[in-house]
Amino acid sequence: MISKNNLLVNLENAGVYKSPKWLIRGVSLEVRRGQIVTLIGPNGSGKTTTAKMVLSILEPDEGSMKRYTDKIAYVPQKINIDWTMPLRVVDFMRLTNNLNDNEVSESLNQTGVEKLFKEQIHGLSGGEFQRVLLARAIAKKPELLVLDEPVQGVDFNGEIDLYNIIKNISANLNCGILLVSHDLHFVMSATDHVVCLNGHICCSGKPSTVIKDKAYIELFGEHRSKTLTYYQHDHDHTHNSDGSVSS
Amino acid sequence: MFDDFFTRALVTGIGIAIITGPLGCLVIWRRLSYFGDTLAHSALLGVTLAYAFSLNIAFSVFIISAVIALLLLNLQKMTRLAGDSLLGLLAHSTLAIGLVLMGFLSSIRFDIMGLLFGDILSVTVEDIALVWIGGSVILGILYFIWKSLFSATVNFDLASAEGMQPNIYNMIFTLLLAGVIALSIKMIGTLLITGLLIIPAAASRNITNNPKQMVFVAILIGILSVTIGLFTSLELNTSSGPSIIVIAIILFIISLIPLELRGKLQK
Repeated sequence: MISKNNLLVNLENAGVYKSPKWLIRGVSLEVRRGQIVTLIGPNGSGKTTTAKMVLSILEPDEGSMKRYTDKIAYVPQKINIDWTMPLRVVDFMRLTNNLNDNEVSESLNQTGVEKLFKEQIHGLSGGEFQRVLLARAIAKKPELLVLDEPVQGVDFNGEIDLYNIIKNISANLNCGILLVSHDLHFVMSATDHVVCLNGHICCSGKPSTVIKDKAYIELFGEHRSKTLTYYQHDHDHTHNSDGSVSS
Repeated sequence: MFDDFFTRALVTGIGIAIITGPLGCLVIWRRLSYFGDTLAHSALLGVTLAYAFSLNIAFSVFIISAVIALLLLNLQKMTRLAGDSLLGLLAHSTLAIGLVLMGFLSSIRFDIMGLLFGDILSVTVEDIALVWIGGSVILGILYFIWKSLFSATVNFDLASAEGMQPNIYNMIFTLLLAGVIALSIKMIGTLLITGLLIIPAAASRNITNNPKQMVFVAILIGILSVTIGLFTSLELNTSSGPSIIVIAIILFIISLIPLELRGKLQK
């Protein structure tokens, strides 16, 4: 039931109240097919809350949320799996999805962690776990993908890897992506629409307009906001997930 | 076939072990051990009410447990007291109310030890039917909702975001838990039901490495505990409930051995 203009989700003036204050207020945003929308802002600015409204984990206390798809995948910011629960990567991959072994391998392969197939979730490093989380989300072939800081704990080159994968997902699956990120370089160079939050929307629009916005410069500091836009990654080789050089 | 009281007890006990296996795993995965305990304490109130109004005991216990579970959900919305405080509050208040009410019913003779620790002598053919039919219903529902319930157990937000409706399934799970306590109260007694839920599952965790395996091994350990426990209780003339739990805890200790060995090998 995708609407004609490819709209996947629409927040209108939405806010969440948690006694005694508003976590976020007055958020309006849209995510369309093939589009990457990013949320940036300092800690406690309501990025995760906004993402949770889009996912209907939280109901907006004012304003509205309308969604036009049920094919959703989510990479949460934090996930804690107790030792009491014996869980292999393959079990985790099948959590909300019926996948055969081939489909699981294929998705793990896309994020470079195929060899972890039968490993216990508890034994993974932070970076490995992020890759598994992303692989699980890709395997769902979602129409809307919500990523809450998907590269945390991933090493430097892995970060670039994962961001490339994310860019590819939006193209290959033609899905809409809502991304919460701290990596201003990726946000400004690879995403279509940026929403800058600080309890409300400070500014939003195309990256090229946002970086000139006064509110954005104020929030991220003049130096950082300016230099980051000129920063270029220059790599003459790439690394596999285990750190070896793959030229 | 069920003429012998011991056969009746064994068939009932094995039926119970098959249900407590998967539910026990979910209880320890969800850190609900104390919740099971609270429901079991409130079961005494259920039994008292059953005597007072001549109701079926299992039915009455199930209703009281379900009411307690709903009360807990509402209390959690009303106050910011931690979950364990609320559980303690409910457990002991229902236990106290149950005992006070029992005092009013002085015309009826209560077998308190039987209620607390279970009584194999009293298991009837109707009890067998109740456990196996009720148990099949519980397991059937559990099988049907497993994927949603399991994903909600791993991560509530993830399950919620991806359309698994964890709220509904958490509620159903609570009712199933109330159901298994109602079914097993006569056999194990109110004080020890939680033990049969938790100990086989915990022992199973020590020697398994994926969720399905853990469930099946928990069932096996439960069946072993019931069988050996009942034979012991017959031989030594001890209460059935405690004997079953003692065997379960011995099996738990044995399950630690491979874990220890693995630790040593890795060093």
